[in-house]
Amino acid sequence: MSELRKRKPSSTNTPSSSAPKPPVPPPIPSDSDSIVSESEPVPVPASKQKTKPPKSDKTQETSGAKKWSCVDSCCWLIGIICSVWWVLLFSYNAMPASIPQFVTEAISGPMPDPPGVKLQKEGLKAKHPVVFVPGIVTGGLELWEGHQCAEGLFRKRLWGGTFGEVYKRPLCWVEHMSMDNETGLDPPGVRVRPVTGLVAADYFAPGYFVWAVLIANLARIGYEEKNMYMAAYDWRISFQNTEVRDQTLSRIKSNIELMVSTNGGKKVVVIPHSMGVLYFLHFMKWVEAPAPMGGGGGPDWCAKHIKALINIGGPFLGVPKAVAGLFSAEAKDVAVARSIAPGVLDSDFLGQTTLRHVMRMTRTWDATMSLIPKGGDTIWGGLDWSPEEGSVCPPDKEEYSNGINYGRMISFGKDIAEAPATEIDQTDFRDAEKGNNIAHSNGSCGDTWTEYHEMGWRGIKAVADYKVYTTGSLVDLLSFVAPKMMQRGSAHYSYGIADDLDDPKYQHYKYWSNPLETKLPNAPEMEIFSLYGVGLPTERAYVYKLAQSAECYIPFQIDTSVNNGTCLKDGVYLVNGDETVPVLSAGFMCAKGWNGKTRFNPAGIKTYIREYVHAPPSNLLEGRGTQSGAHVDIMGNFALIEDVVRIAAGATGDEIGGNQVHTDILKWSERIKLKL
Amino acid sequence: MSLLRRRKPSDSDKKRPTVSVPVQDSEADSTKGANKASSVPVPNSVRRAKARCSCFDSCCWWIGFVCSTWWFLLFLYNAMPASFPQYVTEAITGPLPDPPGVKLLKEGLRAKHPVVFVPGIVTGGLELWEGHQCAEGLFRKRLWGGTFGEVYKRPLCWVEHMSLDNETGLDPPGVRVRPVSGLVAADYFIPGYFVWAVLIANLARIGYEEKTMYMAAYDWRISFQNTEVRDQSLSRIKSNIELMVATNGGKKVVVIPHSMGVLYFLHFMKWVEAPSPMGGGGGPDWCAKHIKAVMNIGGPFLGVPKAVTGLFSAEAKDVAVARAIAPDVLDFDILGLQTLRHVMRMTRTWDATMSMIPKGGDTIWGGLEWAPEDGYECSNGQKKQQKNGNSDSHKGKGNKTNTGVNRPRVHYGRIVSFGKDVAEVPSSVIERLDFQDAKKGNAMADSNASCQDVWTEYHELGSIGRKAVADYKVYTAGSVLDLLQFIAPKMMRRGSAHFSYGIADDLDDPKYGHYKYWSNPLETKLPNAPEMEIFSLYGVGVPTERAYVYKRASSAECSIPFQIDTSAEGGPDNPCLKGGVYLSDGDETVPVLSAGFMCARGWRGKTRFNPTGMKTFVREYSHSPPSNLLEGRGSQSGAHVDIMGNFALIEDIIRVAAGATGEEIGGDQVFSEVFKWSEKIKLKL
Repeated sequence: MSELRKRKPSSTNTPSSSAPKPPVPPPIPSDSDSIVSESEPVPVPASKQKTKPPKSDKTQETSGAKKWSCVDSCCWLIGIICSVWWVLLFSYNAMPASIPQFVTEAISGPMPDPPGVKLQKEGLKAKHPVVFVPGIVTGGLELWEGHQCAEGLFRKRLWGGTFGEVYKRPLCWVEHMSMDNETGLDPPGVRVRPVTGLVAADYFAPGYFVWAVLIANLARIGYEEKNMYMAAYDWRISFQNTEVRDQTLSRIKSNIELMVSTNGGKKVVVIPHSMGVLYFLHFMKWVEAPAPMGGGGGPDWCAKHIKALINIGGPFLGVPKAVAGLFSAEAKDVAVARSIAPGVLDSDFLGQTTLRHVMRMTRTWDATMSLIPKGGDTIWGGLDWSPEEGSVCPPDKEEYSNGINYGRMISFGKDIAEAPATEIDQTDFRDAEKGNNIAHSNGSCGDTWTEYHEMGWRGIKAVADYKVYTTGSLVDLLSFVAPKMMQRGSAHYSYGIADDLDDPKYQHYKYWSNPLETKLPNAPEMEIFSLYGVGLPTERAYVYKLAQSAECYIPFQIDTSVNNGTCLKDGVYLVNGDETVPVLSAGFMCAKGWNGKTRFNPAGIKTYIREYVHAPPSNLLEGRGTQSGAHVDIMGNFALIEDVVRIAAGATGDEIGGNQVHTDILKWSERIKLKL
Repeated sequence: MSLLRRRKPSDSDKKRPTVSVPVQDSEADSTKGANKASSVPVPNSVRRAKARCSCFDSCCWWIGFVCSTWWFLLFLYNAMPASFPQYVTEAITGPLPDPPGVKLLKEGLRAKHPVVFVPGIVTGGLELWEGHQCAEGLFRKRLWGGTFGEVYKRPLCWVEHMSLDNETGLDPPGVRVRPVSGLVAADYFIPGYFVWAVLIANLARIGYEEKTMYMAAYDWRISFQNTEVRDQSLSRIKSNIELMVATNGGKKVVVIPHSMGVLYFLHFMKWVEAPSPMGGGGGPDWCAKHIKAVMNIGGPFLGVPKAVTGLFSAEAKDVAVARAIAPDVLDFDILGLQTLRHVMRMTRTWDATMSMIPKGGDTIWGGLEWAPEDGYECSNGQKKQQKNGNSDSHKGKGNKTNTGVNRPRVHYGRIVSFGKDVAEVPSSVIERLDFQDAKKGNAMADSNASCQDVWTEYHELGSIGRKAVADYKVYTAGSVLDLLQFIAPKMMRRGSAHFSYGIADDLDDPKYGHYKYWSNPLETKLPNAPEMEIFSLYGVGVPTERAYVYKRASSAECSIPFQIDTSAEGGPDNPCLKGGVYLSDGDETVPVLSAGFMCARGWRGKTRFNPTGMKTFVREYSHSPPSNLLEGRGSQSGAHVDIMGNFALIEDIIRVAAGATGEEIGGDQVFSEVFKWSEKIKLKL
């Protein structure tokens, strides 16, 4: 539109030169209608067909060019475009549905049957009801009550779908998506609620599937809504708060009980994805805990209702990405974007303000804190060791990460990241006074509030002076830079390792989503799977720098200038994983922590690891591929879907082939000295 | 758009155009110049150019112009502040009243009791879970509701998937069409056509959200008990109500069924307390523990006459009128009968339609000589005059009888009559031949082959059977059942296994423990829940189908042999007869009698149908059409579906949901003569 509008004034210029021409006698009115409409476009050929000049002399051509005003040619052009578009649209709609498949097959050879069709031919039928537990970000949220600026958005999606409103009224959107900074619940006058039903997370945005492929394949063997349930929850608030505010956990319990009883007592197969894995760990503790804190289902609820737990890409022990996200509102993606277009992202208008808005919003989302790495140095490595040291950095199969200190989750400067631990001179930040040097400038930054202001310049310097942060000191770091957030967080989550699991303090809900501080339920027949992709570079540690001090800015940035082979890219140390969750986090519990009868798994529930090596789609027609190992795209991985469908149809872990391991996860797990 | 297009050429003819095209406002002068220049009589070049100026170019020009204008308007529309339409509306019609939700929020009402919506027939969405080859790519797309895009693209495929198995009334092999679940199932029927959306939005204003609102969506095509057998829908409703009561501090639910949902919920209330396996095993006090009130909207408690014509000849008033207007089109074999027959074949496999066949027979609906509504004056919707005083209208009638002595009486009891004269003469004059023993001739069996793809049971009927049907001449509510049994034996065999239409003599008879009686209020007792309240909310003041004049269709090969006789008009003497349909008071679909009788009399006080004497309330809403187009479907409508947007009704519902009792919202509110009519019905209570 804007182009069109701009062009029109220019059209006034061209004919204005012809305006002084002698006044034109109007055509005879009688035949005007037909003639005029036909004669208007007359000049079209004249100006267009310059390849045939001999037919018209020069004066005619120039007058023709003048008559053929810019508006007319614009209209003509748009007309052509519109008609072509319509014709294409029409032929697309008229095309038989099988043509795209036909074309794809002609190019890439016959497609394999989707797993649902294949297994249907094998005679598999729907057996156990399935429950999907979506992860963070992928579930839709809709507006139930809002401020003036959100008028007309009642029951429209604010998250998921087309995100149309983000562009139309960004500030209004941020306002409604944020939670209250003190309580972590709704701000006054705003109610944003999760979408329910399978539509909550089948597609994230139109065309971008999350659960849709799995649902379609399950439907092939007879599943439908009565035996599939999407346990949608508000992924912004803490797990326990979903129960307090929406009674989501009660709903999941009630729906599982309903499905078990209406399906002849067949237990459910639960399929959590991403953060849903932690949510369901929380659920399993909640449901057996006595009311009012728990669901009062009794100590054998899980044994009675759950056949298998198929975790997909589960960040059991957290993800390093969460740290970068909370610390400076950036993960690899943002960091790369900044290095490509430093001017745009760092310019105050789009860059810092946007980032700061995003940060302010995400920091009110308690659930992000469930993803902070758990288990401290014992699991993630210390200053000079880490479980993954010496492993391959994907996608390169040759380069080994010898000498990389993955344990140093955040280092200020590359030299510090590489220096031996003894040479690093750490000044403790914890007692540093928070200076208020820049407090006076608060006024101008008021609307983009973050807690960095309160930290002041001295606090920022203290953070940088500590130089290296391992997982153990990360929580302290975050408590220092974002005290309010962590205060809420520590009421809902815990990141440690339990010494004595029978300590009554572990009955508190804040431990329920940490596998290192809870016991699995007493359900010896249940099976736990961990399915995840491997072969993709995954963020594991970061090199930071202090940003130049501007007025309202985030004082720390990933140092994107640091590169070293495939293991260190743009300031990020990479390791094997599914692009979001490192193998260690997804695999350790099933590989070692819960394997056999351990103190975390007193009933000896069987655990299985199934890794899926990432293979990118061979051509564009395949879309996001059927062999992907990426965190979300793996939901369309045929091999994974086949495994899931088989289990849902009744197979056990041993029947689908037991463990399937491509990485050194078992070796790495051995290096972790955890009392079992 | 068309205006703009037309204006453009005139722009160039007229010397000084006063009106310029909006888009060109700024450069009107220059374009004028350009246009004039283009019409300069330069004979040579023009003629040559005219030859070159193909139609193609001007077409492109036009399309381009249209497109750009369209885009421009679209842009303006999008750029327009959201409050603009409201502003315009208010400027024209004066300030709008606050929607009831806002008003009641200001009064301080807050969400209290969880609410359960039970949608009616037709309004709930259905989606495809498994289909044949022809339905590829429609997985989890709506076949019913939404845009109905597929109906136009592949109509036969659509009919095939929407039909159910003719024997079992369940899925045909290889097809699974399932109800959409969640509030989206029936908030809008098609985009822009609300059903529950307005009510939901108003409830949300006082604090309701999905955890306190539940849409009890079910497959409205199959019989009520089969929704449990196939989809466990009743179990789901039970479980969800229990969950909502438990998570809302033990506050009981308010159930709001609409249309056929009313019958479905009657069925549910019996099912949930009946012992398993036939019932839900909730125990004899489940309803007392979980339900605060049932607010039936437009409930066809005793069935609707429309259902009879739908099943008998696949036509209701709307189709009949369309046929009268365009007889050639609709009777034309391809569009007309084929379509109608396809529709009929499909709808006859839908067991649920049989739940709405009029119940209670002649006792309720009237016999050959009488009907409860006798004396009702059809005055083209001028209900208010009549309301002003019954004595007045009687006086007027008396005056009239002086002038027009042989003014025809309307025999509402004769639900189907063959011929207008038969509908009007006294019963003693009618000669009827019993059809039930008539042999079904197979005179047309040989032509079966040609009609195969549009199978209906009329073929088996043969010409003898058809004649027998027409010779019986008049059918009352009691004999309509026999009629349907005669012409559609397969359908009624399925139907009689799931529904019953009689009146119970002894409600304690153990046979009434069977599920087929559960949706008939005349054959069941209300649950043992003395604190529960039952409301019947419905619109009045809209002409509603009550009885029909039929004729035999000209015998074509594959035809539906009976049609509503649209030529039968009552004229000024008898405005109740229009286009072959006798009209009475109601909400356009459900007559007042059906919606109001149970709450006005059948359940009023302690009766055998209501042994615990739970309170019942009748609340009528007088229809007034929207005053102008901007109001859309109006906020005071009384029509069957549009009433869901009636502000007064919504206010009543919200008050009850927020804790009010029936007395507190004003008890009964009656505009029609439902109490008088109910008195005429001789039903043992």
